[in-house]
Amino acid sequence: MFGPDDASAAGVAAAGRGDTVAGTVAPAGAASGQLRRTGLPAVEDLARVIPPQEVRRRGPVAVFECFERIPCDPCYWSCKRGAVKPFGDINDLPEVDWERCNGCGLCVAACPGLAIFVVHEGYTDTTSLIKLPYEFLPLPEVGQVVGALDREGTRVGEARVVRVQKPREKVGTPVVWIEVERDLAHVVRNIAVAGGERGE
Amino acid sequence: MAAVLNPQVMVVGAGPAGMSAALAAADCGVKVLLVDFFSQPGGQLVKQTHKFFGSRGQYAGVRGIEIARILGEKVRSHPHIEMLLDTQVLGYYPDGVLTMERSVDGDSEYLKARPRRLVVCAGASEKPLAFPGNDLPGVYGAGAVQTLMNVHGVMPGRRAVMVGAGNIGLIISYQLRQAGVEVAAVVEAAPVIGGYAVHASKIRRLGIPILTSHSVKEAHGERELEAVTVWRVDERWQGIPGTERRFEADVLCLAVGLSPLAELLWQAGCRMAYVPELGGHVPWHDEHQQTSVPGIFVAGDAAGVEEASSAMVAGRIAGLAAAASLGACPRYRELAGEARAQLEALRAGPPGEKIRRGLTRLEEVGRRVRAG
Ligand code: SF4
Ligand code: SF4
Repeated sequence: MFGPDDASAAGVAAAGRGDTVAGTVAPAGAASGQLRRTGLPAVEDLARVIPPQEVRRRGPVAVFECFERIPCDPCYWSCKRGAVKPFGDINDLPEVDWERCNGCGLCVAACPGLAIFVVHEGYTDTTSLIKLPYEFLPLPEVGQVVGALDREGTRVGEARVVRVQKPREKVGTPVVWIEVERDLAHVVRNIAVAGGERGE
Repeated sequence: MAAVLNPQVMVVGAGPAGMSAALAAADCGVKVLLVDFFSQPGGQLVKQTHKFFGSRGQYAGVRGIEIARILGEKVRSHPHIEMLLDTQVLGYYPDGVLTMERSVDGDSEYLKARPRRLVVCAGASEKPLAFPGNDLPGVYGAGAVQTLMNVHGVMPGRRAVMVGAGNIGLIISYQLRQAGVEVAAVVEAAPVIGGYAVHASKIRRLGIPILTSHSVKEAHGERELEAVTVWRVDERWQGIPGTERRFEADVLCLAVGLSPLAELLWQAGCRMAYVPELGGHVPWHDEHQQTSVPGIFVAGDAAGVEEASSAMVAGRIAGLAAAASLGACPRYRELAGEARAQLEALRAGPPGEKIRRGLTRLEEVGRRVRAG
């Protein structure tokens, strides 16, 4: 798995990015065949959007799991820090300026694709923090321990709920902050809340 | 005998395209009659609980139901728009008269209208799929399931299989889970997922498998649906024996595409063309959304099945053009030009590729229309 001292395991280095490239995500080409066939991003897709290690450890930062050119740009309008670069064409892939992004998570709630996550790798010595969009009821309570699910919905561990940001308007997307085992920062992308699941 | 209404512009269908068309025309000062068969305006928007894509001009990031509310309020409060709900348009007659049936308190009355301009935004209907058992109770069009859940608050069942991994199939699978219905699998006959990858990833995170190159072989059940057998299909979409998988399910949702509702346009004698990329038979139309019959405009899914964001922009162009043809829109070139640029931008990316191909084919028909 993806440890703070072993960036290669999440496929970051495997795809040649490693920790050397600081700055921004290059707008790459098309989404991988795996993503088109299965809905699961491939290692090379993720490698384009996971920030370099120094950025990941510095503090919370947005990871845009948006790999396909679609006509969409609310992430750009939602960011108050100018960390999402202006779109030349509305179909452009979003580009984050990691030097400007402070992981506030405004874009997480705004993205209609629920494709943005904020990750703080090394939130404590042993844990990482993830802010994720969650549109099901009941919403978890702060302090509650919930199931930690990966991109296939498979349970990979437990998560402790740190905060639940309810949207100002009823129709918005809640953002749940969870603390997971440090190595799971780029693995966990959903939670299982006891008491079932109903749409928010 | 019913009196004949004489609006300057009549818009059929109060969905995203129709409401945008009505507002655009009414803002030019013309009197608009907006007609819809449902009891509230919004069309498909009233059941779309997901947030929209597109850009700010088309309410990106706002949920469909909210867009329905916002546009609905604008339409209701507009001094130049009269809205007739619960009113089904029945037919178009050669003298330019449209007949309508309106239900009032369980009764119905007949109405007629002879508008100077007609904008048809009637939307689309769901395509069926043939397989043994497709007539069992529990086999639904995906749109029907969405209406049950999101308009009427009724759970369609406990466990569903979804057919079709286009945006509609993916989005409704997500909404089924939000409603507390388990989704056993999404099956898709094509080798790749047709909808946006972000929607696919969203349902994968819920643990829902997406089986590409798979289709329904058979639906099972005595009195109602109990199980579904799916199988792998080859490149010619033929089932491969020995690859069957059976899922227990009491809901089978078909999201295999939409066909434009173009009956009125056929009746009006509009030049039609069969363009699979646009969903089937569609009316030829020019860049002003005008059909081959002068004075009849079309927008939204009725003009070719597409996303609601594009429908809103195309509806706006149709409304402006209808008003302009009555001499009521002096800034038409500028306003329609802006809208056309938005439409082009929305269609520019890979998901718009099919639409672009479809429109090119429609253009060829257009050249024949003009030549003949
Ligand atoms: S997390 Fe905040 S600062 Fe970073 S891109 Fe999103 S909105 Fe901008
Ligand atoms: S808002 Fe979300 S889906 Fe849309 S472009 Fe930005 S990251 Fe992608």
